[in-house]
Amino acid sequence: MCGIAGLIHRGKSSSVGSEMTAMLQALKHRGPDSTGYAVYGEPTEGELIMRLKVAEAEDMDRGRGIHKVIEDRIEEVERILEEHGAKIKSKEAPREYSLRYVITHPDDTGEMAAHMEETEGVEILSMGNGLELIKDLGDAKVVSEAYGLNDFQGTHGIGHTRMATESDVDIKSAHPYWAFPYNDVSVVHNGQITNYWIMRREMERKGHRFMSNCDSELLAVYTAHNLANGISLEESLRKSIDEIDGVFTYLVATKDQLGMAKDTMAAKPLVLYESDDLIAMASEEVAIRAILPQEIDTYDPYDEEVRVWQA
Amino acid sequence: MASVSDAELKKMTQDERAKALGMTTEQLTGKSLYVEFDPDAEERFTYPWAPDVDFNKRTEFDCDGKTTTEVNSQIRELMREGYGTIVLKNPRGMHSLGVGILSRLNLIIEGSTGYFTVGLIDGPNVRITGRVGWSCGENMMSGTIMIEKNAGSTFGAAIRGGDLVCRGSVGSRTGIDQKGGTIIVGGDTGALSGFMMQRGRMVVCGNAGKNLGDSMYDGTIFVGGEIKSLGVDAVEAELTDLDKKWLTRKLTQYGLMPDKGVDHFTKVVAGKQLWNYDNLEPSEKKLIL
Repeated sequence: MCGIAGLIHRGKSSSVGSEMTAMLQALKHRGPDSTGYAVYGEPTEGELIMRLKVAEAEDMDRGRGIHKVIEDRIEEVERILEEHGAKIKSKEAPREYSLRYVITHPDDTGEMAAHMEETEGVEILSMGNGLELIKDLGDAKVVSEAYGLNDFQGTHGIGHTRMATESDVDIKSAHPYWAFPYNDVSVVHNGQITNYWIMRREMERKGHRFMSNCDSELLAVYTAHNLANGISLEESLRKSIDEIDGVFTYLVATKDQLGMAKDTMAAKPLVLYESDDLIAMASEEVAIRAILPQEIDTYDPYDEEVRVWQA
Repeated sequence: MASVSDAELKKMTQDERAKALGMTTEQLTGKSLYVEFDPDAEERFTYPWAPDVDFNKRTEFDCDGKTTTEVNSQIRELMREGYGTIVLKNPRGMHSLGVGILSRLNLIIEGSTGYFTVGLIDGPNVRITGRVGWSCGENMMSGTIMIEKNAGSTFGAAIRGGDLVCRGSVGSRTGIDQKGGTIIVGGDTGALSGFMMQRGRMVVCGNAGKNLGDSMYDGTIFVGGEIKSLGVDAVEAELTDLDKKWLTRKLTQYGLMPDKGVDHFTKVVAGKQLWNYDNLEPSEKKLIL
């Protein structure tokens, strides 16, 4: 089933972390397997924020040897950063297998990211000037507390509560997906993509990498491909309705935009609220009411509807 | 309506009995039997075990911090205490509020609700001041539901009777598998509305999305605005004087009568050309072919 949520404040920062937590916790019944956030803070000029994992949560039950493996992987990550001309300005580890680095810009972001993911078990969750992508097993409260998200200030964000259907219950199959290696782009999705393998092979032939077998990752790769080829976010969303088969509603966030697309059958839900300074959307009204308890007007976007909002 | 004894009912013809029970029947097409809810006949829409409520006995109930089960249990408890008008406050998108009420009640929900609001009801009059999520009024048998704002998809799925009215716009697949009753939408409706409709009537004052009435078996859809496209086997039909009279009465009743009247409405019915209208058994086909 899965639940998706998104919100964007126009022209100001707000407590996006705690707002998204409230929305996702209200959607817990749609997917209790994992919870993910892509939240956007004030852009850090000249710096990149990189979130990555060096192991899966379930790997931590594999005895004491895993701690040494993780240490070695982190050492390798930091060696690769140095090799590509990036300097570490700060480092945090909310969980032993999950790290956050603030780094100076490397020589080539894409090449460095690809090099880093050659290390077994390492997956970059996100990279960007404003984007912080956090995902882990458990509900929104669990993930938010573990990663200190309640204090996060930013302009916009998207989130996901996952009920695993197409692939495993693990972090690599959790949403959001970063549009590798395109900075500051993330995607959450509710639905099933029926031409996943055809589209995946097409994207792989064009040189894109997939880290999971989750059909939702395709949307991130597809979006990244379009954006890298000069297609605007709105155009990409519209193209996807013709080119991607299945039932889907998905949200895409960039450094300063938030977009949505709904498939031709309108089979997956989305409720939308728009005001002059805030736009909020979610699979169910109850998530919007978690941050806007007062009486408001909301509506369901129709089939093939595409919208993009600016922060 | 004056009460009628069982002995009197037995002596009546089917048509007389239907009218005496608060129902009217009319022949729309060859196979149609339309059953219309008569709000004046409320005493006939009760179950023997239904609480004896007093509409003048009114109470309010705050949903804040409560689960759906707690709220719905509380509604039943209040009905047992004789409350005939119950006001729910602060629903804030809760799902499944007021489902399965099978007796007379005035239920007023102040705010917006989530999925399956007042589904499976048989008798109550419901007014919702906000918006409703997916599948509002699903499988309702009788009663009235009035929604002041918008509604989500599958609005009135499989309803069998009663009046389900939304003043705003609704999502996709409105009245999917509708088996009777009336659905009225003040604004627009999305794609595949009236999909596999079997009986009853749907009125959309605004525009309708693509594939309207796809694979409908029977029933009637009236659209006041543009129709993006008709679905498989859905065809336009002549708007009769009886249709206009009915539309005028219904839309006036709910304050949704357009300024320009009802003459501009498009009527959509089943073309009845699909395979399921072939009444021959396989063995009979063999004899012919």
